[in-house]
Amino acid sequence: MPTQTFKLNGEQVTVDTEDDVRLLWVIRDLLGFTGPKYGCGINVCKACTSHINGKAFNPCSVRVADVADSDEVTTIEGLADGEDLHPMQQAWIDYDVAQCGYCQPGQIMAAVAKVRQCVTEGREVDDTAIEELRNICRCGTYQRIREAIKAGAENM
Amino acid sequence: MPAHRAPATALRPRPPEGEGGVSRRRFLGYLIAAPTLVVAAEMGRQTVFGAPEASAAPIPSVQTTELYDLSDAIRDAARPTANLIKIEVNRDGTVSFAMPRSDNGQGIITSTQMIIAEEMDLELDQVVVTLADARPELVFNQLTGGSSAMFTLYTPVRVAAALARGRLLDAAAAAFDQDAGTLSSRAGVITSLTGGTLGIGELAEKAAVQTTEQVEVVLKPREEFRILGKPQTKTDARAIVTGKKQFATDLQIPDALPSVVCRAPDLNGAPIAIDNVDEIRSMPGVTDVEIIATGVAVRAVTFGHCIDAVRAMTVQWEPGTVAGQDDESVLADLRKAELPLAVPPAGGSTVEGDFTFYFKSNSSLETNCAIADVRSDSAEMWFPTKTPITAQDQIADLLGLPTNAVTVHVTEGGGSFGRKLFLDAALEAAEFSQKIGKPVKLMWTRADDSRQGRVHPMATSRVRASVTADSVLSFELRHTSVSMDVSHGFGDALTVAASRLPSGNLAVAEVIWELSQTVPYNFGVSTRLLNEVDMRFNTAPMRNVYSPDSTVARELMVDQIAAKMGRDPYEFRREFLKHDRQRAVLDKVAEEGNWGRTMEEGTAQGISFQTEYKSVIATLVEIDCRPETVNRSVREGLTGPRVTKVTTAVDVGVVINPRGIEAQILGAINDALAMTLTGSMSLVDGHFVEASWDNYFYTRQWNTPPEVNFHLVESDAPEPGGVGELGVGGSTGAIACAYARATGKVPEYFPIMHKEPRPFEPYPTVPPIPPSPTNGLDTTF
Ligand code: FES
Ligand code: FES
Repeated sequence: MPTQTFKLNGEQVTVDTEDDVRLLWVIRDLLGFTGPKYGCGINVCKACTSHINGKAFNPCSVRVADVADSDEVTTIEGLADGEDLHPMQQAWIDYDVAQCGYCQPGQIMAAVAKVRQCVTEGREVDDTAIEELRNICRCGTYQRIREAIKAGAENM
Repeated sequence: MPAHRAPATALRPRPPEGEGGVSRRRFLGYLIAAPTLVVAAEMGRQTVFGAPEASAAPIPSVQTTELYDLSDAIRDAARPTANLIKIEVNRDGTVSFAMPRSDNGQGIITSTQMIIAEEMDLELDQVVVTLADARPELVFNQLTGGSSAMFTLYTPVRVAAALARGRLLDAAAAAFDQDAGTLSSRAGVITSLTGGTLGIGELAEKAAVQTTEQVEVVLKPREEFRILGKPQTKTDARAIVTGKKQFATDLQIPDALPSVVCRAPDLNGAPIAIDNVDEIRSMPGVTDVEIIATGVAVRAVTFGHCIDAVRAMTVQWEPGTVAGQDDESVLADLRKAELPLAVPPAGGSTVEGDFTFYFKSNSSLETNCAIADVRSDSAEMWFPTKTPITAQDQIADLLGLPTNAVTVHVTEGGGSFGRKLFLDAALEAAEFSQKIGKPVKLMWTRADDSRQGRVHPMATSRVRASVTADSVLSFELRHTSVSMDVSHGFGDALTVAASRLPSGNLAVAEVIWELSQTVPYNFGVSTRLLNEVDMRFNTAPMRNVYSPDSTVARELMVDQIAAKMGRDPYEFRREFLKHDRQRAVLDKVAEEGNWGRTMEEGTAQGISFQTEYKSVIATLVEIDCRPETVNRSVREGLTGPRVTKVTTAVDVGVVINPRGIEAQILGAINDALAMTLTGSMSLVDGHFVEASWDNYFYTRQWNTPPEVNFHLVESDAPEPGGVGELGVGGSTGAIACAYARATGKVPEYFPIMHKEPRPFEPYPTVPPIPPSPTNGLDTTF
């Protein structure tokens, strides 16, 4: 069986599995990092959103073999700096965004990337930018997500 | 009389009247024999003095719900068999409570921590609230539903907590050799006048009793509240934002490997045989393949391996339960079952409405899932459930085990919306685990959860009102629905059994209908009748059950009646509402939302009122139906009319956590938007076609209103009313009315976008799961 290796939350990880296993299952089922959630497996719901080399992506739709040894994958578990929360996580608490919380790891990872993208492109983090996010929240926390993204962006 | 007989009375001298009388009453609780202090109270039968506040006796000309509603029924179902809920004081200074309810994001764990911390003068983090395993002795008392959690738990939890506080003060008084009345208690530390301190952890054993006894207690008066009524962030917020909160599929139960079921192309098609089982068994990572009642189950090292295996299976299927049927054939059957309206149509003096509500999915973001570890003589299960007692019973039945050999651990759910009343995944997990003799972590895929999962049943509502120049003589509503599965009854063995008798499901459904539906206006003779037709769909009481639809029908008709009388929709409602408490929320939204402001053509306001769960809500929405908005384009998204602003006001009686109440209402508004405008299932040739969140159009960021303003209206109602579902029917009506006013057309079916061209190509039904893409690195941002 092929050996797969990449960086996960700052550590080099190695796992034996077939090349075409999607990264989400490698992270969740084989490596035990359960922050990224399954909500569709087809790059629609965005519950699994994590970062690859600092950019948002959906590991349910990436073959593990397509991730290079040097690629840095960050899940929600790796967003905070030790005990110090990322400003977006803090904003999520300040605005009491979560209801069931199932979508929220993906929402936060997508929000962080969206803010970085806006900054790079010189755009404002406004409702138009936020409406580009496709993440489902079935509990309907969209209003508080908007408030938290704008507040989190201020502190990033 | 021992000092603890009436400790709180002694410690808290109080005036005899005020606060609606409830907290002035004395309540019965129990000191339980245990090594540390354990206190308890009965669910549903706490008052020492005073009769039950509601009576089930029907009174002519007044609707049942005004005297006695679903909240009362769920509480009173408990009365004859009430059992104890217990709070324990631990040696480490914490206080723990295993709550016989389920939390699926509605925040009742936080609210319950607040109630206990308030009554015992603790900080929130000193109170540990967990979800109780199934406790069959609670009988009716472990159902989470009907937005009843706070209404049913509020008083018993306070009683137990007040007892614990009094008992700890007594124990401290004995240790200090001082009078209990001179001590103060704060954050788990009891301080004497001379500055001596004792932590409640140190007192946990001293305060314990050797024999269980019944004692009386008085509760903290509302004016002394320090925590209740103040905004509180959910106590699991940090765990959620760091990815530490665990849902069922996140649990690492030894050897419980991922498992998925291959399902039929038809809705509820049963498996006959699998043609290539050897090939599947030899696929990478696969450990087991078995036919179970609902399909072919596979267990493998990852869910990805399971999905690959399911996609490779060749299975022969029986036809499904609605083979060959579609939306229109189901609708035709419903039409045949409609009950007649009693008052004959009389030309100019009647106003009529006829509305169709298509199937809607109550799929939550966490799909159906359960972990099962079935051994020869016992079973252990982990899954999110709102009806653990029923679950334990049914699983035991399925496995041929005694009920007490089955342990059901209730996990926190990733949303419920009615789904977690049922055991669809749990029964499959139990069956599969028993067949293969290994633990399994079984999860439905999104496509299955959407296409084969439960739905809110299709229904029609016909309304006829007879009106004069300035009054309404009669108002009739006939709701006809595909059978709503209420086989969970009130969460206990007894009503579950009753619901399975011939016509039993309809009988329980009729009770829920009668206890939840009300016409809050003075509309003369008012009747609301339900008929249901069993067509073997998988249905569930989706968030707010009948009300999202019936409220749309009613409030659209209210606007029509107002128009016929030449009246303004807000002024008309104001005049015809029955109570000032109702008018207060209506006035609030009219004022805050600037009712009647000039709106551009193609945009409009709509207003609605709703009362349920002992709470009241009014909502004012603004909608934009101009072509440039309706036709805006989002890749693979459904756009259509956009609600641009929502103003809502609620009075929910006693306020526990205003921030939590606001969250529930905001979420409900997003549910209401989907139910009214975009979110529906289409039945085609015996199966539902929507297999993805880009097929089923639940509200997304591009649909949600840019502005929502929430107002909590003060109330002197004595108990906390329901909140979790209130906002759904509380805003569907306003959205529908706004749409009708903006377009000049009263819609005939919902959601309004149901028949618009769908921006997707349906996924095949064989294999039942779409392939996972591999191009995820092309869509990074
Ligand atoms: S699970 Fe990855 S996008 Fe839905
Ligand atoms: S908080 Fe439940 S799905 Fe978003």
